Amino acid sequence: MITLLHEQAETSCATARVRGRDLWLAAADMAAATGWSLKPEGLCRGDSCVPIPPGRAADYVDGELLNVTAFWRRMHHPVVHDATDEIWVLGTNAALRSNALQSLEAPDFALPDLSGAITTLAAQRGKKVLLATWASW
Amino acid sequence: MWQSLFASLNDQNFTVIAIAMDEAAAARPWIELAKPTYPCLIDRNHHVAELYNMVNVPQATWIDELGRFVRPPENAGSSDAFRGMDRTTLQMTPEQIAERNHSKHSYVAAIRDWVSKGPASAFAYDEAAIRKRLSLPNDAIAEAHAQFRLAQCLLHRGRHHEASLAFGEASRLHPDSWAIWRQAAEKDGSGLAVGPAFWARVDALGDRPYHQPLDIDGMGKNES
Repeated sequence: MITLLHEQAETSCATARVRGRDLWLAAADMAAATGWSLKPEGLCRGDSCVPIPPGRAADYVDGELLNVTAFWRRMHHPVVHDATDEIWVLGTNAALRSNALQSLEAPDFALPDLSGAITTLAAQRGKKVLLATWASW
Repeated sequence: MWQSLFASLNDQNFTVIAIAMDEAAAARPWIELAKPTYPCLIDRNHHVAELYNMVNVPQATWIDELGRFVRPPENAGSSDAFRGMDRTTLQMTPEQIAERNHSKHSYVAAIRDWVSKGPASAFAYDEAAIRKRLSLPNDAIAEAHAQFRLAQCLLHRGRHHEASLAFGEASRLHPDSWAIWRQAAEKDGSGLAVGPAFWARVDALGDRPYHQPLDIDGMGKNES
């Protein structure tokens, strides 16, 4: 079973297949793992769409399967995986992170406390927040 | 660390969110000892560090009621006084302790000023000043975080050697991140990464800071 890591999500994908340096998986698994789904315009999430380059559909789509790494590299996002191709990270590029920071809106996140209860930054709207990091090390 | 500040300002529409860039098991004893009443969240993948381009602890950012930056991510009041400590006993001289405390107290006083005065505080930046101080990631940093994520997953599965290689690659791609390096470094009996490799890395900084100096002390509003 191949594991896909994207942002905070960790998804096991039964449909995933490795072909050469590429990872292919069913469109439904792709949507579940990353929020990106296949539409007539291309691969889309919200208002953003990545069109499939003309004449190269076979490099991106094969029946039910999508070449997720091809889409990811086309968006200039980092793709890294382990030596045995079991764990794939679909990263987020610096431009997207930088744009978010330069909006001067503090990026939202959802993280657990020790009991597993999830807290988001957005839930603190209406308060001043000191967001502070620490570590045991 | 922030409990007394939080307790005294909690009725003024202020909260602390503490992010442990750590495993839950490593953070738990500290949280149970301090018994904070503000949210203490566990971030083993250093997701917040990736979102906010943070490189060390403690770093912090001030966020207003609308969710916008008041001060960008920066050193949360720590000084570099520790660099002069006795490296065997980890003891600091009274002067070094005074320097460390002064830095911390100035930072906490600045937070209090902002909570009380809002945008009128001398420590609240305008947008131009925030943009000027905002640290942005590059492609190597983005890839370093992907490698770090892979490394933590490998570690979780007991694949220690491969995890170590991925941590190493993350550190190579993002050498300025102490958080990435220390998370993976050898720890002493107290769980601290303060062995010879740490000090060698600190010494290699030369004149460069470990904690970026904070322009809180005697700072005029939006001065460079």
